[in-house]
Amino acid sequence: MIKAILIFNNHGKPRMSKFYEHYTEDTEQQIIRETFHLVSKRDENICNFLEGGLLIGGSDNKLIYRHYATLYFVFCVDSSESELGILDLIQVFVETLDKCFENVCELDLIFHVDKVHNILAEMVMGGMVLETNMSEIITQVEAQGKMEKSEAGIAGAPARAVSAVKNMNLPEMPKNINIGDISIKVPNLPSFK
Amino acid sequence: MSDVVEKTLTALPALFDSQTGAAKITNRLRQLIKSITELTSKHEEENLIKQELSAMKEQVSSPNTTMKQMREIMVRAMYCEMLGYDASFTYIHAIKLAQQGGVLEKRVGYLAVSLFLNEGHELLLLLVNTVLKDLQSTNLIEACMALTVVAQVFPKDMIPAVLPLVEDKLSHPKEIIRRKAVLALYKFYLIAPNQVQHIHAKFRKALCDKDPGVMTSSLHIYLQLIRESPDSYKDLTGSFVTILKQVVGGKLPLDFNYHSVPAPWLQIQLLRILSLLGKEDQSTSELMYEVLDESLRRAEMNHNITYAILYECVKAVYTIHPKAELLEKAARCIGNFVLSPKINLKYLGLKALTYVVQHDAKLALQHQMTIIECLDHSDFTIKRETLELLFRITNAQNVTVIIEKMLDFLRSCNDEHTIIHLVGKVAELAEKFAPDNSWFIQTMNDVFSIGGDLLQQDVPNNFLRLLAEGSESKEEDDQLRLYAVDSYLTVLKGHTSHLPQCFLQVMSWVLGEYAHLQESVDQREVIQFLTQLLDQRSVSSETRVWILSALTKISEGQTDLILDLAESLSSSQDTVLRQQAQELRHLSQDSQLHEWALPRGAPWDSIEVAGLIVFPYYDNSSTLILEGVKRVWGKDGYLPQKEATAPLVDEPSAAVQPPGQHEAAERIESRPEPSTQNQDKQQLASSLFVGLGVGSSMSLLGKSEAPPPCFRKKPRPHESPSSSSSSSGTSERSSDSSSRNTTDSFLYGSLLEEEPATAISAFDHTPKSTTANGLAQNKDTKEDRRANTSQILGGDMVIVRPSTIQDKHPPSVSSDLTALLPADLKDLPHSDVISLTSDPSLSLSSCRLFRDEALLLVIFISNCTETVIKDVSVQLTCEELKTVSLRGNVVDCLEARSTSVCHYALLMDDPHTNVSFTGTVSYQTQPGHTNTLPFSGTLSTADFIRPLVVTTEEYGKLWLSLSHDVKQNLKLLTDAGDPLRTTLNALKDALQLHVVDIIGSEGIVACRLLSGAPCLLHCRVNGTALAMWLRSPHPALPDCILYHCQRALTHH
Repeated sequence: MIKAILIFNNHGKPRMSKFYEHYTEDTEQQIIRETFHLVSKRDENICNFLEGGLLIGGSDNKLIYRHYATLYFVFCVDSSESELGILDLIQVFVETLDKCFENVCELDLIFHVDKVHNILAEMVMGGMVLETNMSEIITQVEAQGKMEKSEAGIAGAPARAVSAVKNMNLPEMPKNINIGDISIKVPNLPSFK
Repeated sequence: MSDVVEKTLTALPALFDSQTGAAKITNRLRQLIKSITELTSKHEEENLIKQELSAMKEQVSSPNTTMKQMREIMVRAMYCEMLGYDASFTYIHAIKLAQQGGVLEKRVGYLAVSLFLNEGHELLLLLVNTVLKDLQSTNLIEACMALTVVAQVFPKDMIPAVLPLVEDKLSHPKEIIRRKAVLALYKFYLIAPNQVQHIHAKFRKALCDKDPGVMTSSLHIYLQLIRESPDSYKDLTGSFVTILKQVVGGKLPLDFNYHSVPAPWLQIQLLRILSLLGKEDQSTSELMYEVLDESLRRAEMNHNITYAILYECVKAVYTIHPKAELLEKAARCIGNFVLSPKINLKYLGLKALTYVVQHDAKLALQHQMTIIECLDHSDFTIKRETLELLFRITNAQNVTVIIEKMLDFLRSCNDEHTIIHLVGKVAELAEKFAPDNSWFIQTMNDVFSIGGDLLQQDVPNNFLRLLAEGSESKEEDDQLRLYAVDSYLTVLKGHTSHLPQCFLQVMSWVLGEYAHLQESVDQREVIQFLTQLLDQRSVSSETRVWILSALTKISEGQTDLILDLAESLSSSQDTVLRQQAQELRHLSQDSQLHEWALPRGAPWDSIEVAGLIVFPYYDNSSTLILEGVKRVWGKDGYLPQKEATAPLVDEPSAAVQPPGQHEAAERIESRPEPSTQNQDKQQLASSLFVGLGVGSSMSLLGKSEAPPPCFRKKPRPHESPSSSSSSSGTSERSSDSSSRNTTDSFLYGSLLEEEPATAISAFDHTPKSTTANGLAQNKDTKEDRRANTSQILGGDMVIVRPSTIQDKHPPSVSSDLTALLPADLKDLPHSDVISLTSDPSLSLSSCRLFRDEALLLVIFISNCTETVIKDVSVQLTCEELKTVSLRGNVVDCLEARSTSVCHYALLMDDPHTNVSFTGTVSYQTQPGHTNTLPFSGTLSTADFIRPLVVTTEEYGKLWLSLSHDVKQNLKLLTDAGDPLRTTLNALKDALQLHVVDIIGSEGIVACRLLSGAPCLLHCRVNGTALAMWLRSPHPALPDCILYHCQRALTHH
């Protein structure tokens, strides 16, 4: 079972943390710090596995991590997971993020924490690996994205586009209404002003 | 800060300016992040987040905040929580968002809930209805979200509410829903196994699902189920093999390929399942040879993930019943791993070797040079794994080199976890294989000074017990103690301020006990050393107590020094120290009193006076290295069928193996590489891998047969009140006063209750006191011992003479073993006798006896040979249960073809649906040749349930006073006349319930957990089902009982 998934940058700032077991808030922070401490002092060309520290649950648990540019991706797993399997799962996760964000960088993770969580939820559910196929994950995430657009309509579009459209529409709206003033009552008019 | 972030952040303001209106809301998050990244100190961050949180607080409580804004606030709250700040005021709003919002809000709401709340959080109850609604939603996304949240955080008590809905989802047309439902059910199984007991058939359906994804998810469940009880799922072996065959053969759609490997994660999962199924089961293993071979053959491409599969394959091959051909291939694979330049693969190779070396030590020999290189590897993880491997191959010949390596590593290591872990192993090895006394003491000194106060308490405990109890010969013991005293005096001469407290405590205890053995040293000097320690500020008050106790012991005749000391301590702020100082003064002034309280040569005393320190009692019979690995392997292959498999394993390996250690070294020397630089390594190799050659591999494989540990611990007193009376060393010491720690006396106490009156008097002769450190000692006087032994023979054990039983049942005695029960137990209701374990000389079977206040587990030890078996001792452990008494677990001498009975009274404090116990029986067929035989078994709650006899009124009163309740519908047995009565009777028979009353279509039933928590059951016929309502003061008890009721009815 996967116990926790942590992403932090080279300075130890957490960028995403997901715990599949219950720890107190303080312990969670300590785990992040301790994990960063363990992982950051390792060279680039040594192995990607580490025995877990004391906090995350002792010798049965392992830290499996990958380092990409500015970010560390760390999975804390117990002995029932295959080390190499998880290592490739991290790769799948990062590739998926890359596809979803189009060249993912640290900023994407900062500003779209919720989206990262949603992508992760399609891969790992309650600590169990749910899906390992990148295109399947992307299909699921996109299906939700579509829902977003269709349900929220214009509001669901990317923020910048939305604001642009709204800005254009705002002055026009009253005009349209004015034109139809004769016959159409617009009850929600005040809200536009 | 990284360049990328910096660059983008500088561009941010421009971005913000161009946006207005709705975009402003999301900008709050950007601004927050921007300002946080600009901060330089933690303090500034704290202030900023505090501001942010109060702004958010205001916003969420404002009625004008829209759903959309709320969504954005949630993301900000997530960010704050991730940084470790408390944003608990948003929790309720997260729930509201999930309840009321549209899909988008719902998604953020659910996400926030699963990040913020844990399973036990009370706010989650507010979410139950929303989850129920969303599970029924026709919107796929809503249903998906609900399933995700259910699998992530869901209160255990509420599982029954959503269970039917999740079950329905198993037949949902969309496979993504089915997959999530399967995983949600698995999660339920993990937190409340009894609740999903009835849907095992549905798990099977999921396994046969037409979508491979759903099937993959169901493997999570099966892996867990099979790990718990492999025997129940043997019938599925064929299916798993077929699935794996199809996957390996590329029958899955191409979507499932990862780097052109078909469904690698699925393969890994299947291989794990197969290895569990094939373990120690030849016929099942035979089914999978072909597919394993195929997997090994196919997985030869050079991608990480194929190595992952290979590794699992190798492990499976070595776990299941061995097949020579596969073993050979697997060994080659391991070789590839170990020799790989890729560091991850090297690590896995070492791990595989560590695993395999228990079966086949020669493989380690083959890779000895690589292993030695790994010892000096720059990677901490690799080094550590290498030491783990060395730990497994340690024997009496290479122990010094290996321990030196471990200590070197430890000195350079600063990871607490690793230190604790490894230091324990060093201590274990030192105790087991120490070549001589001085080495042992020196090594233990290193252990104490390196491990320091991180050490697990049982390391010093074991060490002190070993010193105190000694071995067979008094001379050797005294020599060991002398070494210890000398060595500690040397240590104390140097700098002592850096020594860990635990080491100081050990030293002061040893000096207190044994300083008098060293006649060349003036006792005054010892006193001075110890007094100096007392003056040090770094010494903790607990250690001071230890030191004072030691001083008390050696104070005799040194009144002047002691009086000074007592004087200076009498004004100490620590009351305990003051009290001890007083005692010290009195004792030193009154030599008669001193003699009486602390008799020389039997100094088991003291801290009981202080009443402060009693070591926790550890039942740590030193764990065998090969723990957990049943010894089914021998030099010639699988042990039980030595003749059959011997040639298979031997031939291929003999071809590649050097026949012995020396040849191995020669082989290396004959390599083309320049040997000069390797000379050191080779030397190391020859010292590390000594004793691993073919000739001596036997001793490695069977650690139990290795030369007996130098410092053999004597059997613990409560396990062996009558044993070791034959050893000459102990009889000399047996005049010592007896002492036991609290646990022991508790055990004895309960033993005594069952003992006939005469036995009590026998025990009463022995003076009782508590040792300073929990070193359990039971040195009865000779008379006591004799009385003891005879009493035990007379009362506890039934030794059946050959004649009585051989006439009736010559070969097997198990059929009528219950006849051997002691008279006072004969009338108790009991279960069938089942066989626990057996080997050619001894067989063990067990029977459960249901006493009102405890479960008696009776173990019959039968000697199947024609010769006498000596020193039979049974040890039983079970974490979940409490042993309150035991009798007859040590038998000095078991006549040919006779059976001895030992029994354990077990208590269950916290209900568990099933508990398993493990144990070992050790015995000697020839003197000095100890065999051990492991056994295990399971007990269920049902064994601990007793009827609770109450009247209907009492039942009513009790019902109202109980808090925890569980409701569930059960199957009603309709095959006979009155369904309710039939069902209740069936339950009563299966679970020893008491049916209080049956009124119309309702029945009330009562039971209790032994003499503890009651559980009341209210049953009502509801159509074709039986609505069961359970109440108990204990939260977990109703679940357990429900589980067994379900089982009883389905098996009826």
